Amino acid sequence: MSDDRPDQPPSDEPAEEPRQPSAEQPELERPEGEHRPQWRQTLAILLSNRAAAVGLVVLIVMVLTAVFADQLIRFPINEDNIANRFAPPSADHWFGTDDLGRDVYSRVVMGARVSLQVAAISVTISLVAGTLLGLIAGYRGGWLDTVTMRAVDVAFAFPAVLLAIALVAVFGPSLRNTMIAIGIVFTPIFARVVRGSVLSVREDLYIRAIRSLGASDGRIILRHVLPNVAAPVIVQTSLSLAFAILLEAALSFVGAGVQRPTPAWGLMLADAQRFIAQGWWLSVFPGMAIFVTVMAFNLMGDGLRDALDPRQRTLIEARGAGGGEDE
Amino acid sequence: MADDPILSVRDLHVSFRTKRGLARVVRGLDYDLHAGETLAIVGESGSGKSVSTLAMTKLIPMPPGQVSGEVWLGDDDLVPLSEKHLLHYRGRRIGYVFQDPMTSLNPVHPIGRQLTEGMRYHLELSDEEIRERAIDLLQKVGIPSPEKRLDDYPHQFSGGMRQRVVIAIGLSCDPEVLVADEATTALDVTTQAQIVELIGRLQDELGMGVIWITHDLGVVAGIADRVLVMYAGQVVEAADVDALYARPRHPYTVGLMRSLPVLGDLERRDLASIPGLPPSPTALPEGCAFHPRCAFRDDDRCATEAPPLRDIGDGHLIRSFYEVPEEIAQEAAAEARIEIEPPDADDVGDAAAEVGSRSGRGGET
Repeated sequence: MSDDRPDQPPSDEPAEEPRQPSAEQPELERPEGEHRPQWRQTLAILLSNRAAAVGLVVLIVMVLTAVFADQLIRFPINEDNIANRFAPPSADHWFGTDDLGRDVYSRVVMGARVSLQVAAISVTISLVAGTLLGLIAGYRGGWLDTVTMRAVDVAFAFPAVLLAIALVAVFGPSLRNTMIAIGIVFTPIFARVVRGSVLSVREDLYIRAIRSLGASDGRIILRHVLPNVAAPVIVQTSLSLAFAILLEAALSFVGAGVQRPTPAWGLMLADAQRFIAQGWWLSVFPGMAIFVTVMAFNLMGDGLRDALDPRQRTLIEARGAGGGEDE
Repeated sequence: MADDPILSVRDLHVSFRTKRGLARVVRGLDYDLHAGETLAIVGESGSGKSVSTLAMTKLIPMPPGQVSGEVWLGDDDLVPLSEKHLLHYRGRRIGYVFQDPMTSLNPVHPIGRQLTEGMRYHLELSDEEIRERAIDLLQKVGIPSPEKRLDDYPHQFSGGMRQRVVIAIGLSCDPEVLVADEATTALDVTTQAQIVELIGRLQDELGMGVIWITHDLGVVAGIADRVLVMYAGQVVEAADVDALYARPRHPYTVGLMRSLPVLGDLERRDLASIPGLPPSPTALPEGCAFHPRCAFRDDDRCATEAPPLRDIGDGHLIRSFYEVPEEIAQEAAAEARIEIEPPDADDVGDAAAEVGSRSGRGGET
């Protein structure tokens, strides 16, 4: 009976209904000023946190270092020079030379590329896999959820390093397999974080509202659930990058990660250990590199957590840092 | 209203399997809804009023939930349909407006995108047409300068404005039936009156049937054509609105009416309440579900035998062996019947015009 009115009656109908919008709306709309996009607001809050800002700057420097490593190195990284072993830091060799006479500075710089590459790729693997698992498990619930989360619990029962070593032992040690192993090790963390958020978002009224409009589950998950769980995922990504660098260094250190002669920081530390008496610079500079990078990721992760947490956000904005909107 | 109903619910049962046993939340619900009619379903929390409407399109979680009976929407019975088929009914033929405007919009998307979402699923219109329709809808529900507000986020709207947006979304695909689930409960009284008036006006304009779910018998008097009072998953009294307020018969209805606060009443200091709590749907009492709380219990069968729903004339149905004495019933009804007058058009017009022009300017910057 109503099929003949799919088109809304156009606006030419009788004036019984006062069209002036003002006729009935005593609510005062907040004069909004300009509306800043959400990510810019987040960035503003992030940068107002000094530690996070430092972290961000260090990371940018690190990434640039990794990208332009070819231009930044001063000696070929794998060129032995036995005559010049264990040279202390000097104008020529800023970070000294190692047991084979290779330039430590150049190797640390190139190591940034290896570390960041491993971190980025392995975290991407776990991010995608874990988010997918968490979304499906959390949204669907039931046995699927139970099975996934018990599997996650089992994975958590292993120490991360042990699990990674076991996986590398199965796959065989190489750069690629290190990334896959770390990716697998971190997947459960993302699955759990995402699933937890999905459980709460799923119950929100707007999800029911969008279902009542006829949206399919796939659409709801991708367009409505996913954006609402993004904040914890972003924070987890930042922190996981730090852990991934540490884990890669640990794996390389024990020989289950990147293989010689690739200049990985963990590998350099492992070599330096044997020559600790011959030169402090062998261990200090790669160690510093790991420390600074991990620290930077952690600082930024903490800052992001504050910036993306609505409650913290209100607090921070109340102090006038973020400016703009309340609520 | 002699024409065929647009929605016929027959013997609808909804239950959930829980750890404490089967929760029978809706137990045999029957009603008809005609085009242009407003049906109010009234009851306490947990009486099954919301669930019964959500279950029509299976918006309840279905592994633990089960639906049986018949839901005829036009010539289609929705109960046997699969999830995939139901997608074509949700929003398109049955629209929903939920209780809390603060949470029924997704905070991460602009309202324009949410408003057009249903249209993209159901209506074969170009992006341009959809946009026009969205603007038209926002204008219909009384949102100033709609074309500018499409890209605004929910947090940039006040509660009343958000509820207008939510109503616009519910109406976006021209449903035959609109379910307003406590649509005004979260709003202040002035805004409530406006939303009630708005839905009434849109209903006249679009000719849809409205199911108005509420626990507030005071609101019902002003808006409904017919009222169902639900208790523990069943209708305990059903009548046309005037008949119900002229003479409520069921003890539960009278209890609900007595528990409404009366504005400006200095005589009655204590607010009457119905003692006890509604029964758990996993452990319903024997006999009449209401008998443990009933203040007028007057029949030995109450505790042992479930009373049938009987017609006492003119479509006035009650599920009780006896009726509340006339005097008490009428007194309760008279007090409850505070019509929320959709406030005088002139009064509000003036006040709102003033406020509106101010906010209009503010909103446009």
